[in-house]
Amino acid sequence: MSLTMPAPDPQLALGLDHPLRVLDLDGSRLPSDVLDPHLTDVDETALTNLYVDMVRVRRLDTEAFALTRQGHLVLWPPLLGQEAAQVGPARALRQSDWVFGSYREHGFALLKGVDLAEFARVWKAYAHGGWDPHEITMAPAQIIIGAQSLHATGFAMASKMDESDDVALACFGDGATSEGDVNEALVWASAFQAPVVFLCQNNQYAISEPVRVQSGTPLALRPTGFGIPSMRVDGNDVLAMHAAARIAFERARSGGGPTFIEAVTYRRGPHTTTDDPKRYRDEAEVEAWTAKDPIERVERALAAMGANMDAVREEARIRADELAKELRHAAEHAEPPTVDSIFDHVYAQPTKRLERQRAEHRAFTASIEGNR
Amino acid sequence: MTETLTLAKAVNAALADSLEGDDRVLLMGEDIGQLGGVFRVTDGLQARFGTQRVIDAPLAESAIIGTAIGMGYRGFRVVAEIQFDGFIYPAFDQIVAQVAKLRYRSKGRASVPLTIRVPYGGAIGSVEHHSESPEAYFAHTAGLRVVTASTPQEAYSTLRAAIASDDPVLFFEPKGKYYMKGEVDRTVVRDLETASIVAQGRDVTIAAYGPTVETAMRAAIAAADEGIEVEVIDLRAISPLDVDTVVDSVRRTGRLVVAHEAPGEGSVSSELITSVVERAFSSLEAAPARVTGYDTPYPPSAVEHDYLPSLDRLLDAVDRTLGRRSSRDGLVLEGAR
Repeated sequence: MSLTMPAPDPQLALGLDHPLRVLDLDGSRLPSDVLDPHLTDVDETALTNLYVDMVRVRRLDTEAFALTRQGHLVLWPPLLGQEAAQVGPARALRQSDWVFGSYREHGFALLKGVDLAEFARVWKAYAHGGWDPHEITMAPAQIIIGAQSLHATGFAMASKMDESDDVALACFGDGATSEGDVNEALVWASAFQAPVVFLCQNNQYAISEPVRVQSGTPLALRPTGFGIPSMRVDGNDVLAMHAAARIAFERARSGGGPTFIEAVTYRRGPHTTTDDPKRYRDEAEVEAWTAKDPIERVERALAAMGANMDAVREEARIRADELAKELRHAAEHAEPPTVDSIFDHVYAQPTKRLERQRAEHRAFTASIEGNR
Repeated sequence: MTETLTLAKAVNAALADSLEGDDRVLLMGEDIGQLGGVFRVTDGLQARFGTQRVIDAPLAESAIIGTAIGMGYRGFRVVAEIQFDGFIYPAFDQIVAQVAKLRYRSKGRASVPLTIRVPYGGAIGSVEHHSESPEAYFAHTAGLRVVTASTPQEAYSTLRAAIASDDPVLFFEPKGKYYMKGEVDRTVVRDLETASIVAQGRDVTIAAYGPTVETAMRAAIAAADEGIEVEVIDLRAISPLDVDTVVDSVRRTGRLVVAHEAPGEGSVSSELITSVVERAFSSLEAAPARVTGYDTPYPPSAVEHDYLPSLDRLLDAVDRTLGRRSSRDGLVLEGAR
């Protein structure tokens, strides 16, 4: 066995000085040697589609937030401000590619085709999982920070063993980069040249802790130490995110191994509906990021391309309203789980021990009801 | 047809036959390839099945389990090796919060048939972290099956069943018995939830598992010299635990001793004795007794034989349940009432 290591590549990290960007804040198009070759087919229609997707994702998010405040859901982790960071990569995926995300990946879930009636049940505390993982090719939402990065890496290793060109997308936040599992995933992905893409949505906060608590170096620089090429991208620029994801997925599909994308974005809402961000950040900071809104930027770009913005906005509004109505209906009319279902799906086949406990609980319930 | 194998070779045979029989089975672990494992349990398997199916893993236990889960999503049936019992803790989340709960979380629509092999237990004269019995941590977690083996035949058949199971299984291999020899019939099929009565008797039941079964068998032979009939149960499965077999036995004997290497607090013996008291209280003629590791960290191996359940400690517990003279007669604990 050779003990020689490949020489380090100084070009492994792109965008460290300025995050890669092709849409300026005013919607004007900026040239990018790195990203432009991967956007040649993205015309007005394609950009309109990305716009409608982002509006729908935002509406899903704001409607769920409202449903939580109204007591129809118990908890919601909002993604307001991160729409481009999810829609751009989601629209670069094939359906046979798998997403392994955190609990804030509502944009991926929506674009992967989640059934909203089932999705709503999770946030109503009626179920642990919100979809059939094999049906929408997306692993269950992960609450343990970073744990899914290893599942994505293993899936990618298996895809390579199968000689498939399916890729795995691991999604996590800035806080997760401190977890052992994410660092182990980088080690493994590099060692096995697994077709996995690590998408770190750096939304600047892990609940209350700013990213400087997690790292003394830009997050996008870290993967280079693992031998993984990295891109630091404006996460509020849907075209830049789309192009960066295309680069990464193409590299993975063609045997080039893993890529790390840091999407520089901002979580404008609280961590969840139980959080109070006023305790740890200034309103001025939120306002500054609101000015970088990913959806308004695309509106300006579409207008500059000569799109009929009244028609575009109207289409997006209609589709977002449909979505919101469906979600509201699901949240308001969900059937609660049966008590008996507590004992289901623990093992492939019911065990004697659990069937005994099920029978004991039924007997207890019957005795209470009999005494009423 | 039977063959004489050591327990380590029986594990090797089970792995080889599983790899041969199902091309979605693969092995992953530290040093399991070219070296054949630190105990040579996987000797020759990489040469026979290739580096794609017998994978030398980077030194990251959480990643061994976590990537095996990801492979499971694509239909691979991974047999992961944790090199030593005391090295399993970095993988704790991936075992108890990830693979154990995946089926429940997804309402049965996603599951990973993972087998985790763990050489465990003491009496090998090693240094810290190499002699532990962490099975109770995993028995406490719903969704996992936790099994052991006491003989080469049990090791072969139980590991085959573990790999074939659609549930995640922790397979605890008694590393102190790796060189125990026995007859192995590869056609013997075993399940993952039934205890075995390995010696019949009418006076006292001893329930044990893994390396402690052999000690219990020796206790039964020694007790027979004094006219005491000991029934020995090899629990085999730690979770789910086969309480029925033990309850049936205690209804006949009226006396129960439970023995294992792990510390007693919050252990398999805690669970088993509680269950027997709940279900067979009126059959008990004496308080159940247990012989376990003490509630200390695993001691330096120079004194491990005083920590582990020994033949004499087992016989002492048998005497206690029979009301015979025992070491605790007249024992006064300061401050205790």
